[in-house]
Amino acid sequence: MLKQNNKNKVIETVIHIVFLLLGLVAVGFVLLITVYLIISGIPAIRQIGLFDFLFGTKWASTNAEPEFGILPFILTSVYGTAGAILLGVPVGFLTAVYLSKAAPPKVKSIMETAVSLLAGIPSVVYGLVGMMVLVPLIRNVFHVPDGASLLAAIIVLAIMILPSIIKVSITALDAVPAEYEDASLALGATPIETYFRVSVPAAKSGIAAAVVLGVGRAIGEAMAVMMVAGNVANMPSLFQSVRFLTTAVASEMSYSSGLQRQALFSIALVLFLFIMLINAVLNLLLKRGGDQ
Amino acid sequence: MKRIATITLTAVLALGMLAGCGSKDDAVPSEAPKTELSGTVSTDGSTSMEKVIGALGESFMETNDGVTFTYNPTGSGSGITAVAEGRCDIGLSSRSLKDEEVAQGLTETKLALDGIAVVVNPENPVEDLTLEQIAQIYTGEITNWSEVGGNDAEIVVIGREAGSGTRDGFESITGTGEACQYRQELTSTGDVITTVAQNPDAIGYASLASVEDSVKALSVDGVQPSEDTVKDGSYAIQRPFVLVTRTDEPLSDVAQAFFDFATSADAREIISGAGVVALF
Repeated sequence: MLKQNNKNKVIETVIHIVFLLLGLVAVGFVLLITVYLIISGIPAIRQIGLFDFLFGTKWASTNAEPEFGILPFILTSVYGTAGAILLGVPVGFLTAVYLSKAAPPKVKSIMETAVSLLAGIPSVVYGLVGMMVLVPLIRNVFHVPDGASLLAAIIVLAIMILPSIIKVSITALDAVPAEYEDASLALGATPIETYFRVSVPAAKSGIAAAVVLGVGRAIGEAMAVMMVAGNVANMPSLFQSVRFLTTAVASEMSYSSGLQRQALFSIALVLFLFIMLINAVLNLLLKRGGDQ
Repeated sequence: MKRIATITLTAVLALGMLAGCGSKDDAVPSEAPKTELSGTVSTDGSTSMEKVIGALGESFMETNDGVTFTYNPTGSGSGITAVAEGRCDIGLSSRSLKDEEVAQGLTETKLALDGIAVVVNPENPVEDLTLEQIAQIYTGEITNWSEVGGNDAEIVVIGREAGSGTRDGFESITGTGEACQYRQELTSTGDVITTVAQNPDAIGYASLASVEDSVKALSVDGVQPSEDTVKDGSYAIQRPFVLVTRTDEPLSDVAQAFFDFATSADAREIISGAGVVALF
């Protein structure tokens, strides 16, 4: 009996260690990437100067006298993400309310499957469709010489962030206790009033988390954006060709060398800090939601 | 106690990985010693030649196990200086040597010609542009197709990303370096072709080998781009890919073997595969 117990204890310990190691792998990678990005991103910033790097408006990395100003990229990423949120959140949020509260079960199951499929489409496919359909469409509809623009990127990003917004919002709305809604209905409120006055406020931290998740997805997307945005380092403007933080790194990395390459790592570092910030906000929101 | 166990286990695993690597390295030479050649071939120079020289080097290393091939992408000028100073075996240049460089005791061997086609949408009525007109379009002096005999529409200037060999080649031949006003900077030849194929007002450039039927290659100064017109030098937007060696100092055996391989008929397919016109 005692022997059996001892043996179990050993097995428990061994398995415990194995799990710990597996967990450490993930932590190790995060640390490795963080340290690597900081180490490889700092030298170029020191050489260029933090102010010139962050607030310089001209990017000409291969000129004889190169200039490394990434303000156009930062602003483009911020505007692009804001635009995608502006378009994507209302659509995603209302879809989630409908699917969670009002939709008949059959419609709900079909639409949820469609949303899941949307989430599974690779970003390069979004980019390709955007390039073949959206870019010529924008050109014809708005009578601009070329459709590859900030607007095209915003529309593609808005569609790409829909699944995460819808799914997380649905989870939050589904978790609202039925008693709240029953009480509201019993007091004479209509179903629509109940959804927007009771269910949505009760699920607001979850919905906020969905929006932040959408922001994170939009700001980190490179491939689809690279195919529709035109990639010229202009200051952002709706119908101009623009370059995002992500695409600035991706488009020049393959041929870069020397200071140019280091500067690309610095851009990645800036992007990384942005995403860390967004994750911190997300954690805060989720924590607050959990406390309620 | 638990922590010590963890650390020990990690250390053992790490050592195991190292040991694995070591034994693999030892095993390689004994597996298939195909040739007697061993040593290092170092090349230095033009970033535009990366694709060609990379493919040649890879293929050379595949057939010669003991050989290490290195390529340092520094630019044509630096490559020529490096070979002149004996810091590499073979210099790579995407322009012909100047007279004073030949006088320094360097020899050039033209490996291939890189022809760059200027492409427009098939709907565009323009068939021919002069080199000067092309330069003016790319620097933004000409912004409407009607100025060069086309429709009244704004020209959409498509190019490649900074650092691309094709962009570097195009800009240096047309003399538009650092002055180009692009509407789109795309990261692959395929993207350029697709975009030009879609936009009737677009103009782009691409390696001659990758031009497809979905776009129309313009003639430049009246000469249609083709392998023949690039070879005989009549098509203007082209440049040579040159291997630079020291005239009075023989190459090492292994570098000579690589040089012979690169200039042999066997290498023609590899060179053409990299999108340029092979000369041997």
